[in-house]
Amino acid sequence: MPINPKKTPMPEQDPVKRSKNFTEVALGYTEEDALKEAARCLDCKKPFCMEGCPVEVPISDFIRAIKEKDYDKSIKILKSKNNLPGICGRVCPQESQCEKYCVVGKKNEPVGIGRLERWVADWDMARKTQAEPIEATKAKVAVVGAGPAGLAAAGDLARMGYKVTVFEAFHEPGGVLVYGIPEFRLPKKIVKREVEYVKELGVEVKLNYIIGKIKSVDELFEEGYEAVFVGTGAGLPKFMNIPGENLSGVYSANEFLTRVNLMKAYQFPKYKTPVRVGKRVVVVGGGNVAMDAARTALRLGAESFIVYRRAEEQMPARLEEIHHAKEEGVQFRLLNNPIEIIGNDKGEVKAIKCVEMELGEPDESGRRRPVPKKDSEWVMEVDNVIIAIGNSPNPLLLKETPDIETTKWGTIVTEDECGKTTKEGVYAGGDIVTGAATVIEAMGAGKNAAKAIDQYLSNKK
Amino acid sequence: MYKILKKRVLAPTIKLIEIDAPEIAAKILPGNFIIFRIDEKGERIPLTVADFDREKGTITLIFQEIGYSTMHLGRLEEGDGLLDLVGPLGEHLPVEGYKKVICIGGGSGTALLYPKVKAFHEAGAEVVTITGARTEELLILQDELKAVSNELYLTTDDGSFGHHGFVTDVLKQLLEEHKDFDLVVAIGPVPMMKACANMTKEYDVNCIVSLNAIMVDGTGMCGGCRVTVDNETKFTCVDGPAFDGHLVDFDDLMRRLSYFKDHETRVHDHDDHDCCSNGGECKCR
Repeated sequence: MPINPKKTPMPEQDPVKRSKNFTEVALGYTEEDALKEAARCLDCKKPFCMEGCPVEVPISDFIRAIKEKDYDKSIKILKSKNNLPGICGRVCPQESQCEKYCVVGKKNEPVGIGRLERWVADWDMARKTQAEPIEATKAKVAVVGAGPAGLAAAGDLARMGYKVTVFEAFHEPGGVLVYGIPEFRLPKKIVKREVEYVKELGVEVKLNYIIGKIKSVDELFEEGYEAVFVGTGAGLPKFMNIPGENLSGVYSANEFLTRVNLMKAYQFPKYKTPVRVGKRVVVVGGGNVAMDAARTALRLGAESFIVYRRAEEQMPARLEEIHHAKEEGVQFRLLNNPIEIIGNDKGEVKAIKCVEMELGEPDESGRRRPVPKKDSEWVMEVDNVIIAIGNSPNPLLLKETPDIETTKWGTIVTEDECGKTTKEGVYAGGDIVTGAATVIEAMGAGKNAAKAIDQYLSNKK
Repeated sequence: MYKILKKRVLAPTIKLIEIDAPEIAAKILPGNFIIFRIDEKGERIPLTVADFDREKGTITLIFQEIGYSTMHLGRLEEGDGLLDLVGPLGEHLPVEGYKKVICIGGGSGTALLYPKVKAFHEAGAEVVTITGARTEELLILQDELKAVSNELYLTTDDGSFGHHGFVTDVLKQLLEEHKDFDLVVAIGPVPMMKACANMTKEYDVNCIVSLNAIMVDGTGMCGGCRVTVDNETKFTCVDGPAFDGHLVDFDDLMRRLSYFKDHETRVHDHDDHDCCSNGGECKCR
């Protein structure tokens, strides 16, 4: 039977309908869809797809188990390497990872690995089983930050028999998965369930606990933790430093998304945290966070614009996100850059002034550098401006721990991929080391650090 | 759950609660703040800590009921709990090395001033305290302040007690008569802090103010609390909450503080008060 050149389509909510609600956009495969898509996998002797996976999921094995309809086996294979498959199946950029290396993808569309991962994870979630707790017989390990890196490290360490405590600053675990990524892309009940799974492995999660404030890293060692993993993320919003940026109605993407996602401002006034959004919103930036913010603004009833200084080909956002945003009605003003935000007499945003850009010579990132066009300024009336141009590492813990060496950008210096820092017994991974990157890369770093911590503690004996 | 061990009504809209929070109490310093969330639907609200007891493992919050969440907090009783409490947050206020300090508190800002007065006093400084309120019944912590101040001046806007007028009247007089104050600390409504900052500038005395910007996380993540200080953007949560009053753009702060006013009305009008929709006997409506 010839292979179907196209992926089995993902059922989605209608764009017009979904642009007004916060329920999930992609509805997920049916069992029939999953079997159809699994059948497209060639089960290669040498599965190249695995090379593209930062957490080394045995991809062809879990897909083979789907083909055999042994879903229990399939989820076990997935979870042997990935504690958060329902999350990864939804938010991983598969097109630049596993699916990029898929042999089927050479001539056709690659196998929908992410969609299959999601389906198996959702199948598992629906049957509501509990993980078997693992007896913690080894040393106490502290994990700082309950985001993707921390949860991955914690899960793996617990599996190895360590007694793990995760310290989280917010009142909910998940990091960017709960404050950043919107409900319509990653339902919070999925995050909750997968965090629950990590806890079932024996991990303790302490909320409202800021290491660097309530306790120092040294105090953790004094309390008997024998190693510390730092996964505090890139939580400091960057601004553009243009006039008018402190006007009321200018949000960082972090603030806007945290209000809406973590604090559930989209259900105001039932939930008490407000978010004020006017008739027209401009989001500045071209990454996934910018898409999330623009699509969120749309759902809150605004006309939503993306202003990005380069062209569409240079946008760091996933194609799927750009596509979804366009379908829903987000308008793109590419090759434009804001130079001023204009306020009214109450100090609230009234308009944004931009300048047209053109692409010049490539810069240090390899992308062609955008340069302003002469006399091309234009002004648009807007009520809100959301700045989504990236985040810097969070300095709270590092301020109190000067013996962890950092770079001039504030990221932690690590010896190699395993995350060893300049402080004995302290390992780090995720955005705090790399600067803002993806969920799965952070998870990969967490897993590598878990291995290194295991080695360190085994040698120490 | 963080349990409320003690509650006192200091004035009709100003309340004191003592909360069981041993780990925070062990680390907190004057000038630090906490963020609380009452229940699952609640906002995260920052409050500067008014006092703490490391031995008992408690922190004390004194707050004025000005918005939905502080009113909700005010309805809680001894034995009730807060779902979330995180801290200590912010930079503490260094109190060492000062000889003669004026501490000024306005309204419920007096509560936030108190731990600083106490800290300056304990660090060996001579402290002159001025506190003002709209009317007599809103003057709080007189006995507590008296115990740690060398002199205490009271003012009311309506003249019902103490000096009839503003705290700045007394400040002006003190600065005129004595040239040896090395610091003024002012905590209260923004217009009051602005007036104190302007006046101390005239007399060339340093002035520290404590800002109450709107924030969400309190750890530098949202940037909602940004303020303009010396023409630079600072985050109140991690760079403050105390700043050099001579450099703060108070007008900018005031504008940003009023951005969610309409939402405040809407949340009050919303009929889903947890306290009364379940047949409770609260007096919130």
